[in-house]
Amino acid sequence: MMEKMIFGRYVPADSTVHKMDPRSKLLIIFLFVCIIFLANNWITYALIGVYTFYMLGMSRIPVRFLYGGLKPVLWLVLFTLILQLLFTKEGNLLVEWGPIKIYEEGVRQGVFISLRFFFLILMTSLLTLTTSPIEITDGLETLLNPLKKIHFPVHEMALMMSISLRFIPTLMQETDKIMKAQMARGVEFSSGPFKERIKAVIPLLIPLFVSSFKRAEELAVAMEARGYRGGEGRTKYRQLSWKAADTLQLVVLAILTILLFLLRA
Amino acid sequence: MDISLQQVEYRYQANTPFERLAIEDVSIDIPAGTFMAIIGHTGSGKSTVLQHLNALLLPSKGIVKIGNHEIKAEQKNKNLKQVRQKVGIVFQFPEHQLFEETVEKDIMFGPMNFGVSADEARERAHRALKQVGLAEDILEKSPFDLSGGQMRRVAIAGVLAMEPDVIVLDEPTAGLDPRGRNEIMEMFYTLHRERQLSTILVTHSMEDAARYADQIVIMRQGKVAKKGTPEEIFSDPIDLVEMGLDVPEVVRFQLKLEEKTGIKLEKIYLSIEELSSAVTEVLSRGVRS
Ligand SMILES: Nc1ncnc2c1ncn2[C@@H]1O[C@H](COP(=O)(O)OP(=O)(O)O)[C@@H](O)[C@H]1O
Ligand SMILES: [Mg+2]
Repeated sequence: MMEKMIFGRYVPADSTVHKMDPRSKLLIIFLFVCIIFLANNWITYALIGVYTFYMLGMSRIPVRFLYGGLKPVLWLVLFTLILQLLFTKEGNLLVEWGPIKIYEEGVRQGVFISLRFFFLILMTSLLTLTTSPIEITDGLETLLNPLKKIHFPVHEMALMMSISLRFIPTLMQETDKIMKAQMARGVEFSSGPFKERIKAVIPLLIPLFVSSFKRAEELAVAMEARGYRGGEGRTKYRQLSWKAADTLQLVVLAILTILLFLLRA
Repeated sequence: MDISLQQVEYRYQANTPFERLAIEDVSIDIPAGTFMAIIGHTGSGKSTVLQHLNALLLPSKGIVKIGNHEIKAEQKNKNLKQVRQKVGIVFQFPEHQLFEETVEKDIMFGPMNFGVSADEARERAHRALKQVGLAEDILEKSPFDLSGGQMRRVAIAGVLAMEPDVIVLDEPTAGLDPRGRNEIMEMFYTLHRERQLSTILVTHSMEDAARYADQIVIMRQGKVAKKGTPEEIFSDPIDLVEMGLDVPEVVRFQLKLEEKTGIKLEKIYLSIEELSSAVTEVLSRGVRS
């Protein structure tokens, strides 16, 4: 049931992207999210597309798997497209179909916005698919370290994040298990009238909340029992190492940025 | 209600990089009224098999027959709810499924989902509560205020109140104290005898398997490694030990005894009473001759 979900899921493999330093990956994603807004014509969107699929290819994540996991999101993308098509009323009239009127600007904007959405989703999934939660947190903590000067709780944030990421799969398993237990008691989650299906969420959510709170408490006790006392003076088992490939990928991104500046309308 | 699995295969997360073959070529027949024990190591596929018995998992290959329902791979299956009413599952740690405000409401939840009236469901809740050995004053309490053992019993009562023809138990006594364990197993055994309830029990306890089951299935790495009556299964203890499984204490005792004294008994005995009378007989014969 929950098995097709790919958000926050790490797929171990031996690819260039997997081996990159999490700091460079985080930087790339952050910059990518910024520069994607530079694209404003067909050629620049095509460039962003080429770059996205270049990264995707390097990661060796099977496309079929990615497609299966992203299918629900693709519907959302499609929905955005349709909204734009129907409600933008600028430019030349292209099609008139009874009450439905589609304008040139609607097509342009619809395609652009859904493409942007689509590329963003692909790139961010790529980050979590190729980087283990621990690496992501280590990377973030190191990148944000300067903020400690202004008393921003970097370590605590990173810890919170790594715990949340760590427990996503557990929560999914738990959800699956409780769904099955309630289905065995006659609950129908995926058929029947809408009202019934909404009601079916209660026997799922309450046990999930109860077990999450219990688990949080147990985790806190276990951490204290093992002497956890916050980030002060804490050393790291895994050392991050910045390699030539990381610099190279940032250079590629810089080139992409320059091209976008040159080619945008 | 008869259940049979025919060459069933199941893959978790099929068509993803996480694809995992959990069981393959599993064929098991469970005629109505059988008490079957399934044993095997963790990860050998026991829970996966169980979830096929009431169509919570649909086979990737093969056929599952549950009464008149035939469930095949790659086929739209309707009326699964009917199947689920007939086959009740008590999952591992069933107390995790409790959610209602009161114990009574939680036990009534299953029957009412299957269209039983509130009055009838309440009656069943009272009956089920008695069966699992809890007092009525618990009915108005919140299930979250109970002890672990009580929660377990309430959750079991919630499944019994559905009045299924077949009951499927996934390690129902895991994590309980020895006394609670015995009480719960005896309760399931009584139900099985009195109502001819087919019972399928996954357990790690060879003692329970030997004491209660008519049929034993041993799972190993997703396949059925062995099946037969307890006598057949435990008559070849060497085989079991090679699979890394235990033999019941009684059998272990008999084997040691035979090894130490050189006396060979007629067959493998599964209860202390049978073994002791057999030993007494052999010894008295020995004295006479
Ligand atoms: N939801 C799941 N997703 C992926 N693999 C699973 C899932 N559940 C079980 N498995 C795998 O299937 C195999 C059989 O598991 P299971 O039936 O739970 O065994 P058992 O109950 O005998 O311990 C194991 O290798 C387990 O890792
Ligand atoms: Mg199991």
